[in-house]
Amino acid sequence: MISLKALLIRDVRIAVRIGGGALMGVLFFLSIVTLTPFALGPDLKLLARIGPAILWIGALLASLLALDRLFAADHEDGSLDLILMGRAPLELVVAAKALAHWLTTGLPLVIASPILGLILNLDANAIAAVAATLLVGTPALTYMGTIGAALAVTLRRGGLLLPVLVLPLTIPVLIFGVAAANAAAGGTVSFAAPFTILCALTLMSIVVGPFAAAAALRAGME
Amino acid sequence: MPLIDLANPSRFLALVGKMLPWLVAATLVALAAGLWQALFVAPDDYQQGATVKIMFVHVPSAWLAMAIWALMSIAALGTLAWRHPLADVAAKAAAPLGAGFTFLCLLTGSLWGRPMWGTYWVWDARLTSVLVMFLMYLGLIALWRTVEDPSRAGRAAAILTLVGAINLPIIKFSVDWWNTLHQPASVVRVGGPAIHPSILVPLLTMALALTLLFATLHLAAMRNEILRRRVRTMQMLAAQGASA
Amino acid sequence: MALGPHAIFIVVAYAAAVLVVGALVAWVMLDHRTQRRRLAELEKRGQARRAGERGAGERGTEK
Repeated sequence: MISLKALLIRDVRIAVRIGGGALMGVLFFLSIVTLTPFALGPDLKLLARIGPAILWIGALLASLLALDRLFAADHEDGSLDLILMGRAPLELVVAAKALAHWLTTGLPLVIASPILGLILNLDANAIAAVAATLLVGTPALTYMGTIGAALAVTLRRGGLLLPVLVLPLTIPVLIFGVAAANAAAGGTVSFAAPFTILCALTLMSIVVGPFAAAAALRAGME
Repeated sequence: MPLIDLANPSRFLALVGKMLPWLVAATLVALAAGLWQALFVAPDDYQQGATVKIMFVHVPSAWLAMAIWALMSIAALGTLAWRHPLADVAAKAAAPLGAGFTFLCLLTGSLWGRPMWGTYWVWDARLTSVLVMFLMYLGLIALWRTVEDPSRAGRAAAILTLVGAINLPIIKFSVDWWNTLHQPASVVRVGGPAIHPSILVPLLTMALALTLLFATLHLAAMRNEILRRRVRTMQMLAAQGASA
Repeated sequence: MALGPHAIFIVVAYAAAVLVVGALVAWVMLDHRTQRRRLAELEKRGQARRAGERGAGERGTEK
């Protein structure tokens, strides 16, 4: 357990120091949300209606693009080989690394979302709902994404391969996240149903993601 | 024949060579029977009219699209758990065929939708799920084409296939839920609880024909893949010999 | 075989099916031919090289 905690702290430290790229995700998120009104026009009513969807799409893309570095840096400097040879179960190591990654890229997105919600003319209810759904939903994106990150690093291919593989898997998270946020913003269905399914999806991906990613790392590194 | 005997690629090649002519003949017979039934015997549907004939291609393609992913999942288990040497050959050969049938399913569905729904595409639950599955097939093919070493690519593809197999039902469920949420225009439900035998017989014949077609193409593609790996090994040996 | 008012869609659907299946069949057959040819070339070259090596070895023993 101590080694996992040390790994977690190390990963967070690496991410927040200069060159770590923890804030890149938020910057990307901000850019996406700023670009959308240029495509749609500055109609505040329309933006308020589709605001939750824009925020969710932006957060989804931002958290997926940041995943590229999850194992790549450790692979380049050789620490991934040490981790693979270590005594800690690889599944838990992957889970700890993903948690560190979420703390440094997912959580900032959740914190930034209320401000971006304001400029998209969302009301207080909708802003709270988007932040809540992102808080619950972004871990699912990170943990599902670890599979893609592990495959990309073992195949020594970065770039677009990871999003191409992972994006179809994130569709359920997107559907229930946006549905819950819209429900709270004044939809016809109740907030609880999609929100609890979103929680279930997150729990499932926290289980499936590390196992599949650990299997990919083992298979790829031997 | 026990599966262990097939682990020897040469024996598998010999078996494929013996089986392929019979399979081709069976496919042609079944396809001829199916097309004759579909085009000349099957009556028009009282709701869809003659467009029901599109269903005889569309529905079997949809079945095959799902069945081929299931086949690849079994092969993926074979790769990861038993390291059967033919498992990743089978998985790799199946992926483009699966993508082809999924594409055919989407295309015929869209051509059926234009006269029935008045538009080539509706974000209907079934069509959307198949579209997502098509994306996943393409991702899998992209993964196969990324890496040159076939056994490394095989293990990576096996993991992605299994993750996909876990996720496809969840995606289907989500898309169904999303679809009821947004209340699409009422659509003509194909099939329904009871299909009249006059439609069912051609449908099943076409399904059998397309399944045989897939089996033939799959075995032939597996043979190609084994030959491709032989060529690769020989080239590497030749390169080593030249440098030594 | 009367196809009714939507004949064009049925014909296009079947034509598309023929095209897709034809493309798959063509892919498999062309791939087979390519691999067979490359295998044959490699085997011929391998025999030539082995023969060449044997020749070189015999010259070595003559000295």
